[in-house]
Amino acid sequence: MQQAQTAISGRLPDIDQRDLAWYVDKLLQFLVFIGGISAIILIIGIFTFVTIEGFGFLLEGFSFKEFFLSEWWEPTDEDEPTYGILALVAGTASVTGLAMIVAIPFSLGAAVYIGEFSTGKTREALKVMVELLAAIPSVVWGFIGLSIMNPLIIKLFDVPVGLNVLNAGIILGLMAAPIMTSIAEDALKAVPDRYREAAEALGATRWQVIYKTVLPAAKNGLLGAVLLGVGRGFGETMAVLMATGHAINIPGSVFDSVRALTATIAAELGETAVGSEHYQALFTIGIFLFLITFVINLTADLIVRGIRKS
Amino acid sequence: MTDTTMTNQFLETGINSKDKRTQKLFRLLFMLMTILLVLPVLIILTTLIVKGGGILSIDFLFTNPTNGMTAGGIFPALLGTVWIVAVALLISVPVGIAAAIYLSEYASDNWFTRIINLAIINLAGVPSIVHALFGVGAFVIFMGIGTSILAASLTLAIMTLPVVIVATKESLQAVPPAFREACWNMGATRTQTIQRIVLPNAVSGILTGVILEVSRTTGETAPIMFTGAAFFLPVLPQSVFDQTMAMSLHLFVVSTQVPNIPEALPYGVALVLILMVLLMNSLSIALRMYLRGKKKW
Repeated sequence: MQQAQTAISGRLPDIDQRDLAWYVDKLLQFLVFIGGISAIILIIGIFTFVTIEGFGFLLEGFSFKEFFLSEWWEPTDEDEPTYGILALVAGTASVTGLAMIVAIPFSLGAAVYIGEFSTGKTREALKVMVELLAAIPSVVWGFIGLSIMNPLIIKLFDVPVGLNVLNAGIILGLMAAPIMTSIAEDALKAVPDRYREAAEALGATRWQVIYKTVLPAAKNGLLGAVLLGVGRGFGETMAVLMATGHAINIPGSVFDSVRALTATIAAELGETAVGSEHYQALFTIGIFLFLITFVINLTADLIVRGIRKS
Repeated sequence: MTDTTMTNQFLETGINSKDKRTQKLFRLLFMLMTILLVLPVLIILTTLIVKGGGILSIDFLFTNPTNGMTAGGIFPALLGTVWIVAVALLISVPVGIAAAIYLSEYASDNWFTRIINLAIINLAGVPSIVHALFGVGAFVIFMGIGTSILAASLTLAIMTLPVVIVATKESLQAVPPAFREACWNMGATRTQTIQRIVLPNAVSGILTGVILEVSRTTGETAPIMFTGAAFFLPVLPQSVFDQTMAMSLHLFVVSTQVPNIPEALPYGVALVLILMVLLMNSLSIALRMYLRGKKKW
């Protein structure tokens, strides 16, 4: 035994080449792994902390019926505060809905033009413009809604207030459109060129190629783009806060002022005492927003990934 | 007429010309849509320059707001934004690059990597106000940092982390695998390969991502509202534990919370903010185009 061990350990230095570089290598591998899982930790962390802060309300003041079905959001009522988000959901939904009516045709049309019709320098220039459009901060969009769109709507439609569903919907549509355009364009680009070549060889015009071949093949990617646009509209805060008029209301027309879920948190969180019921109710809205956008993003990802597989 | 029939081997039928008309019609329609889509950038910029350009001056940039923010400059907000962005970068760039190195150099294509990618997508998709709630719950209250530059920067760093990760991952993956294999064959460890071969070849691509993140961080408002940015605070911040004013929040405040403000002032603030953001983005785009032209492999 003794002899064998000496023999082996005598040879070990040759076999074991674990020098400093090896340990550094392992250390780095560990560090980048931590970085790699950071996104998972953070997503779980966000959900956990927002839930913890809203937990007291979920346990005591929360009533499923009141929260989702009452249109009265009156957290500061002294006798009996009510926390109903129906009107806020209606506000968010109406603005997002109008935004999508604006954004879907324009972004898909622009994606087709940029991806399929335009070439060379024009294409590059248009892509840069779309990218710059996507870069404008939401607070600047809100300011535009407030100071440019507001007087314009009052003048054009002869209504008393220009901060309404129409204003916020157009602003939000313009915000969502560039993102949807670039994702939709990626989806078109993912369609193999041989599809187009085959269709062209059969004598199809460029439009027929697009309509009959490219669009059906890119269908899922385009749907994913639309979904991500919806998610973006749902979660937008500053622009919606500034352009909707911020009045609790179930809108009857596009000229009604509304209030969005996100904007309610932004406007009220600063005025509530930490740990109060109102404060916890705002965090409960946060949980709701997190879950909705999570589901939207997940669905969009599954749809987009579905086409890559097939 | 004869000219067309000469060059066209096949005679046009009625159906052909109808198809061509449809094609032209749709091409025109989509072109109009595209123009209508990109036109707002120009209109917005022009309006801001016309209405806010007059107020811009060195004084406007480098003096404090006065008279309840109805006069004076924007210096504390400008400096505050620089603080918040710088601290946010210090946090998110190392983490983002580490994550990208893991995803590009180590991770294999399995369910675990898919979950990481899904988490990144969701991190980018969570509403900014929910990030704000997280910042309040985790940093301001739980970790006891209080409303401060550090809390605001941490919140923004997490929110913009996906920008760094995605840009870095793309530029790392653009380095050809053969470069790495050659390096491994020389007996180099993975660390040495990444440090000497992969990163140097990807550094400019990473830079474009970082500039893009600076632009995103500059414009964000909701996440810093309750974590560290103050409505009005004429004192300049001394450390990361102080509160500060910020450009984005300042625009919100002067356009909604301050009565009797001269019209040009909010336009001026908006113009400075949008110029900062657009310049940063243009820089990033220009760098990307320059790199694409220079690429040797």
